[in-house]
Amino acid sequence: MASLPVSTTINSDDVEYLCHADESLLDVLRDRLGLMGAKEGCGTGDCGACSVIMDGRVVCSCLVLGAEAEGRNIETIEGMADGNTLHPLQQKFIEHAALQCGICTPGFLMAAKALLDTNPDPSEEEIRFWLAGNLCRCTGYDKIVRAVADAAIVMREERA
Amino acid sequence: MVQVTLWGGLVPLADNQKTLSVEAGTIRELLRKLQERYPGLEGPIRNEVAVAVDGQIYRNDWSQELPPDAEVFLMRRLAGG
Amino acid sequence: MSLDTTYQGRNFRSVGTRPLRPDGVDKVTGRARYGADFNMPGQLVARILRSPHAHARIVRIDTSRAEALKGVKAVVTAADLPDLTEGDQGLFNTLENCMARTEVLYDGHAVAAVAAIDARVAKQALKLIEVEYEVLPHVTDVDMAARPDAPKANGTAPNIAKQTEFGHGDVDAGFARADVIVERSFLTEQTHQGYIEPHACVASCNSDGTAEMWVCTQGHFVYRQTCASLLGLDVSKLRVTSSEIGGGFGGKTHVWAEPVALALSRKAGRPVKLVMSREEVFRASGPTSATSIDVKIGATKDGRITAATAHLRYSNGPYADGWAEMGAMTSFACYDLENVKTVGSEILVNRPKVAAYRAPSAPMAAFAVESAVDELAQKLGIDPVEFRIQNAASEGTRSSYGPVYGPIGIGPTLEAAKAHDHMKAPLGPNQGRGMACGFWFNFGGQTCTDLNINADGTVTLAVGTVDVGGSRASLSLIAAEELGIDYKDVKAVVADTATLGYNDMTDGSRGTFSSSMATISAARNAIEVMRQRAALIWDIPVEDIDWEDGHAVARGENYGNLPPLSVADIAAEAGTTGGPIAGHSEIVADGAGVSFATHICDVEVDPETGSTRIKRYTVIQDAGKAVHPSYVEGQYQGGAAQGIGWALNEEYVYGEDGRLQNPGFLDYRIPVCSDLPMIDTQILEIPNPNHPYGVRGVGETSIVPPLAAIANAISNAVGVRMTHIPMSPPRILAALDREKAG
Repeated sequence: MASLPVSTTINSDDVEYLCHADESLLDVLRDRLGLMGAKEGCGTGDCGACSVIMDGRVVCSCLVLGAEAEGRNIETIEGMADGNTLHPLQQKFIEHAALQCGICTPGFLMAAKALLDTNPDPSEEEIRFWLAGNLCRCTGYDKIVRAVADAAIVMREERA
Repeated sequence: MVQVTLWGGLVPLADNQKTLSVEAGTIRELLRKLQERYPGLEGPIRNEVAVAVDGQIYRNDWSQELPPDAEVFLMRRLAGG
Repeated sequence: MSLDTTYQGRNFRSVGTRPLRPDGVDKVTGRARYGADFNMPGQLVARILRSPHAHARIVRIDTSRAEALKGVKAVVTAADLPDLTEGDQGLFNTLENCMARTEVLYDGHAVAAVAAIDARVAKQALKLIEVEYEVLPHVTDVDMAARPDAPKANGTAPNIAKQTEFGHGDVDAGFARADVIVERSFLTEQTHQGYIEPHACVASCNSDGTAEMWVCTQGHFVYRQTCASLLGLDVSKLRVTSSEIGGGFGGKTHVWAEPVALALSRKAGRPVKLVMSREEVFRASGPTSATSIDVKIGATKDGRITAATAHLRYSNGPYADGWAEMGAMTSFACYDLENVKTVGSEILVNRPKVAAYRAPSAPMAAFAVESAVDELAQKLGIDPVEFRIQNAASEGTRSSYGPVYGPIGIGPTLEAAKAHDHMKAPLGPNQGRGMACGFWFNFGGQTCTDLNINADGTVTLAVGTVDVGGSRASLSLIAAEELGIDYKDVKAVVADTATLGYNDMTDGSRGTFSSSMATISAARNAIEVMRQRAALIWDIPVEDIDWEDGHAVARGENYGNLPPLSVADIAAEAGTTGGPIAGHSEIVADGAGVSFATHICDVEVDPETGSTRIKRYTVIQDAGKAVHPSYVEGQYQGGAAQGIGWALNEEYVYGEDGRLQNPGFLDYRIPVCSDLPMIDTQILEIPNPNHPYGVRGVGETSIVPPLAAIANAISNAVGVRMTHIPMSPPRILAALDREKAG
């Protein structure tokens, strides 16, 4: 099968790759670019473990074609920390024990970042409904919701 | 003498005895004597037995001493999640 | 040195604190490597061909066209695997479940596998494999399978594969004394553990007979043992490394495709990566049993239970195991009963082989029993908590599964529930409150750790129990506590099978319980070595040296001029005092003790749609001693959430054709964030007498009470007793309609 050339931006870097027309962005990230932070939990857009941010919107990268990334701006978990400085969400997830096995964590962090980028002061209900596309089987979500709410406070303080 | 109660699945392998008296000082000795008396128990004892001694369940430590007149249950080794 | 495991009361300085977990940064930056995140040079990609039939004879498999496809490097069927027909039945079943030999026994049963240069070619190759089936009659329903005229699920074996009985006393006499008797039948549907990470491994067999495997598993030593036995490898020649594990809950205690990956690699002479799809996970790995349970309980007017019986039928999949037996053992374990009898029937059906799921078999039994107990309390006009307290097991009670209990009981969790403000909170319209108790056997098992003192005095702790939810943090706390050093100076890792002695799996709530015991033992051994080294440094008798707060201290006035030696001071002299300093430990961690929990739940049921919302949820459970309380809470909350999903939504749906109709997270709906409230936890700390720090396993019991607690809450909200799990909206509406119709 012929491959398509794609030029895109991933974590602020210009990236070029070749991919098949039917290849998902998730497979491109993991298998072609070595960005294995996004996980495949289902491959059908139901679990959110592969969440990345595309042009500011959280998407399941298993439902996006690699070719669709052309000219877009993609953010993945690998670009979330600023060098050795963790993003407040990353820090709060560790502090609140908001992960057990951790397989869903990159997806949750991406989804939560997209939330706080647009809504700096979400209610518990807003957090819960925003994150409803990300499955976690370990935590019962309690500590995840608390971590996101706490990170929102830190981020508001940082902005103020 | 310790009193040993077998779980239901073992009873047919021990001449349909549910409760047995055995002279034994440790779990290991008890299990050895049971196998000598009822060779059919050998497989289950090797693969799938846990032993409750006065309420405390042992799955591995066959050197555990049996108090005189201990109440002993042979239970199935359980699976866990 | 053997470890004195009896509890010693002490003032903890590290244990009980909440430091950051050592694997936290890796997991929030995407660097943690799970089963599918590992690659090897020259690696092939594997795919498995699965049966579209619930039950069929394999007449013929022709793999020649697949083998001829460019890019295909190996194809295996059962013919490429050892024939264990004459050997151990358990091993035979395990291997046959990985790859069907003469018959396919469920929809999704593997029949062939391919390794190719990429996924595209592998998928194409699967389509070229021709399998001729002779379709056989099938049965997927547990009650249908138990009928005498049902099709046989597996060969000539009877579908009622085994029956086991427990109990004591005279139940007939007990019922004769009862003033009130409740007798009901209950059903629970089959659920999946639902770990987010599908099974994944990379297997690499070399031409010299050695092999390596990278795999997500709850027990890499057990996987090594099993795979070596199945494939005829020397255990020493198979090195297994456990990846980070993306959830297991019992589902990763069994091998599924790992032996197939090894067989493909052996045949192809190249590394093979095998990752299951979500559909494969549902169709061919790990569900729990579907059950059908009859319960009868009688009590006197003043609230004393006089007799109780239960007959529990558990689906096992096509292979006989002991799932009903475990249900029968746990069903009445919370209560002090003079007359009790339980019968467990293992039922074969054409569904995937049942695997352990968090306190396996106990939640369904608890649903039936705790529902009946609740109804009995209602009929007697006694508060449900009071009724349970009156009948609760305690020290000296003969358990329903046989032995007499030691000093452990459900009482404290019930008393805590009674006192909890949740019990007094007002309820709104269409709301109901329920509570229920749960029991589980925790266990310990074979465990081994190495504790190495590094040149700078920091500590590397190598453990062999896979970390499923924060145990590296807990075990680092334990090492720091025993050595008297800071948590930050300990780094815990999970060692592979070539670098540490054998360890049982992380199951039975044993990870932190048993590895902490081994860690304490290893630390004490290291302290002994460090005292001896201090004696050499100071040139004084070792008997004159104590270990205090992480330092060797010379005892007595003669040594007043000797400042204490820290771990770092002693480590710096290791080379001149006898070489590297380490403590090792190999133990069997018996003495886990049984575990109890009580849950309280408020629900609101929409009478129009039959939809249920959990409004408030409280978990009360004894941890013995919570080593890292955040992760203990996490276990309580996670188990409750899984129970909530089981109670309200999750179920395997099979069609008339015997095929699974909902093998995906869209139609098999586990709870999402917006479905749940915060889950309150109350950790009781009643020290386990058989652990030096009083620790008890905490992982599993939290999934036992929710089914019943929620059923009781819904029954109280709608005024109809719910007897079929999951209590999905259509079932609740049907129950309401039946009630209206009278």
